[in-house]
Amino acid sequence: MSYARDLTAIRALIARHKRWDHVFALCGLAALMVGVLTFTALFADMAIDGIPRLNWEFLTNFPSRRPAQAGILSAWVGTCLVMLVTAFFAVPLGVATGIYLEEYAPKNWVTDIIEINITNLAGVPSIVYGLLALGLFVYQFGFGQSILSAGLTLALLILPVVIVATRESIRAIPQGIREGAYALGGTQWQVCRDHIIPYSSAGILTGVIIGMARAIGETAPVITIGALTFIAFLPPAPVGAEAPFISFDWVMSPFTVMPIQMFNWTSRPEAAFLQNAAAAGFILVLMTLAMNGLAIYLRYRIRRNIKW
Amino acid sequence: MAAVPGDISVTPPSGAMAARLAHRRSRIVREKAIELVLFLAAMVSVFTTAGIVYVLVKESVAFFQHVPLLDFLTDTQWTPLFDDAHFGIVVLLSGTLTSSLVALAIAIPLGTFIAIYLSEFAPFSVREVAKPFLELLGGVPTIIYGYFALLFITPILQWFYPELPGFNLLSAGIVMGIMIVPYVASISEDAMRAVPMSLREGSYAMGATRYQTAIKVVVPAAFSGIASAYILGISRAVGETMILAVAAGMQPNLTLNPLEPAATITAYIVQVALGDLPHGSVGYQTIFAAGLTLMLFTLACNVAGHMLRKAFRETY
Repeated sequence: MSYARDLTAIRALIARHKRWDHVFALCGLAALMVGVLTFTALFADMAIDGIPRLNWEFLTNFPSRRPAQAGILSAWVGTCLVMLVTAFFAVPLGVATGIYLEEYAPKNWVTDIIEINITNLAGVPSIVYGLLALGLFVYQFGFGQSILSAGLTLALLILPVVIVATRESIRAIPQGIREGAYALGGTQWQVCRDHIIPYSSAGILTGVIIGMARAIGETAPVITIGALTFIAFLPPAPVGAEAPFISFDWVMSPFTVMPIQMFNWTSRPEAAFLQNAAAAGFILVLMTLAMNGLAIYLRYRIRRNIKW
Repeated sequence: MAAVPGDISVTPPSGAMAARLAHRRSRIVREKAIELVLFLAAMVSVFTTAGIVYVLVKESVAFFQHVPLLDFLTDTQWTPLFDDAHFGIVVLLSGTLTSSLVALAIAIPLGTFIAIYLSEFAPFSVREVAKPFLELLGGVPTIIYGYFALLFITPILQWFYPELPGFNLLSAGIVMGIMIVPYVASISEDAMRAVPMSLREGSYAMGATRYQTAIKVVVPAAFSGIASAYILGISRAVGETMILAVAAGMQPNLTLNPLEPAATITAYIVQVALGDLPHGSVGYQTIFAAGLTLMLFTLACNVAGHMLRKAFRETY
């Protein structure tokens, strides 16, 4: 009699605990859904406000005092040029650092300092990079408020991302590959050039894309440098009709970038400018989503395809 | 070639041999040169840190020659650009603190729930979709979040509470919290994943349910990792700029009330950078003093976070 009563009590206890399982799983799912909902709302908000404003003129017009005629020509050209400079510095530096730390670095205090530095730099707020650039690039080195200053700043900002991605994909290469190459008489650099770099290139590319997606959206450091918000001209063209055909005047040119243009429009009270901001934001979101999506897809492919 | 590799006969180097030795020597030189180049590339990150410290300290020293440190820490007004200039960093810190607290109140529960769910409850397929999605959410530019806070969240909040001003710390903080969620969730989840399976198996063998295992075994075992996720989240919130510059207004305001507009350290730097302050003026130097405060705070957070993170890595 009491045995049966105990059994029902135990069953009730188990059922109660199992119910907690479900409740908790639902809470987790709900928390995840908050993220999903926010993301959807954000994207829909940009799309609804911005898409009506999107047309060819929007892409080919300079910013203007009249919202209906304002466009993002100087902004997207500026973004492309700044990204060019950023990639030019961040990719070689990041990859070289990654190779050095994984393949060359001895275990000593210098290496420790480099590693601690990289971890710390990854956590420095982006606006502090802006202050660094303002004090060092703009005034100390005399680069001024130019595309070069902005590109260098963003390159330093995404350097930790590139380095970490490089190191992780190099670490995934089995030791046997290196030993095989050394056994055939390869020098350390030959092993790196012919084996380590090619095999890790997909992983490095993933890191570079994620880094660039971050750099495209960064606003604070570029504003801190003193990028102008109203630019109604384009930087000098990199390719000319006369010899020497290629000019680098554009790196010293004043500029604006997409997020700054959007910030400028967001801080205006007129509703028409807010619509412009939404349109610019929509393009910006699409670009960063496409880049991040590409990186995630690449990583998925690598994980599935490479079997050492 | 007839020569045996590694030939160590005592014959003096003939013509061919000398050429090979010279080749080998040049190869060694080239290898060393490449190693040096790679080392210099790696040192760039050290130079960057040194550059940050140099710039911030140099301009701050100049600033503190005009403004006593005591005033900087105790004054309750921040009016650096007025004739009657006051430099009380507390005013900006209050904005930073309030918005960060709101952000953490959102990010910590959401991030922890998501992490526990993904690590202990979610089926494989959900995890495969959710993790890249969270990564996408973390990749959205902050200026977009700022726009979203100002023109989507604030109107919704005003619907519940009509007196809410258009610029306020609450909506900025909420959006900032959502921005940090992926960050907190992914670090916490890493920490929980690092807990060895045998601990869970032991718990299940004792008859514990999933919920009991998650809360009483996995979370305590991963606690240092989860704490580091929180601390790194705080450092993110404190350093966040654009959301606050757009949605919280740029008026310095000594308040802990999230319903008011207020400037943060980061928003102040943006505001000054947007204006046209001459290089070398006290106004110009204030942003470096503010930046130094910010840097010291986030550095402390990051160091603490990484030490905790290392602790959980070493345990297992």
